[in-house]
Amino acid sequence: MKSSGPDESKPTVERQIDENLRRVYQQMVEESVPDKLMQLLQQLKEQDREK
Amino acid sequence: MNDGSADPRDELVTHLGALRAFALSLTRNSSAADDLVQDTILKAWSNIDRFQRGTNLRAWLFTILRNTFYSARRKTRREVADVDGIHASRLATKPDHDGRLALADFRVAFEQLPDEQREALILVGASGFAYEEAAQMCGVAVGTIKSRANRGRKRLAELLQLAEGEELTMTDPATMAVMAASSSSG
Repeated sequence: MKSSGPDESKPTVERQIDENLRRVYQQMVEESVPDKLMQLLQQLKEQDREK
Repeated sequence: MNDGSADPRDELVTHLGALRAFALSLTRNSSAADDLVQDTILKAWSNIDRFQRGTNLRAWLFTILRNTFYSARRKTRREVADVDGIHASRLATKPDHDGRLALADFRVAFEQLPDEQREALILVGASGFAYEEAAQMCGVAVGTIKSRANRGRKRLAELLQLAEGEELTMTDPATMAVMAASSSSG
């Protein structure tokens, strides 16, 4: 993992774009994970226990 | 070292948000993204023995996800939109006074980039992977990832009408047109 802090050596446009990329990505990460995905993990765990 | 004691599968849940974000950026469709994450979890679960403990679990999961995405797409041979041919791609937007772009406009522009550029930008620009890690995940040379990321940034700057060294003033013709349009519609 590299540092994601502001990098003064980058041109302004590139910095602006990367900052917006991080915001868009963060927005997507924070969208709630659908229940069916959580349930899938739960089911897999239970299946393994029954083996 | 807790080698052998902790099951990496217990950690999967902490990567769901990131996996879904990566899936969304590849598929640009939330139900397709959910399916892709589901397939990824199933594969990761049954192939966990192949995960090398002590290495980056998220990178491993992202690699499974992108391989799943590309192999499914090869099978369906779905038509890929000609991104350069999208004429509506020039957005009526300028950075606002603090230089920040409207996030929704940025996301629309981002989604118009070719797959490989979106992928490179998400990996190195947004999720904080090093170029070397991203190159390994995509199975290409480091220089290829750098060039994809740079082409993606350049294209975004074009779509968003950002130019290096440009003063963020409100007097250029594009801005005047946007302002005129918004004042007449409001």
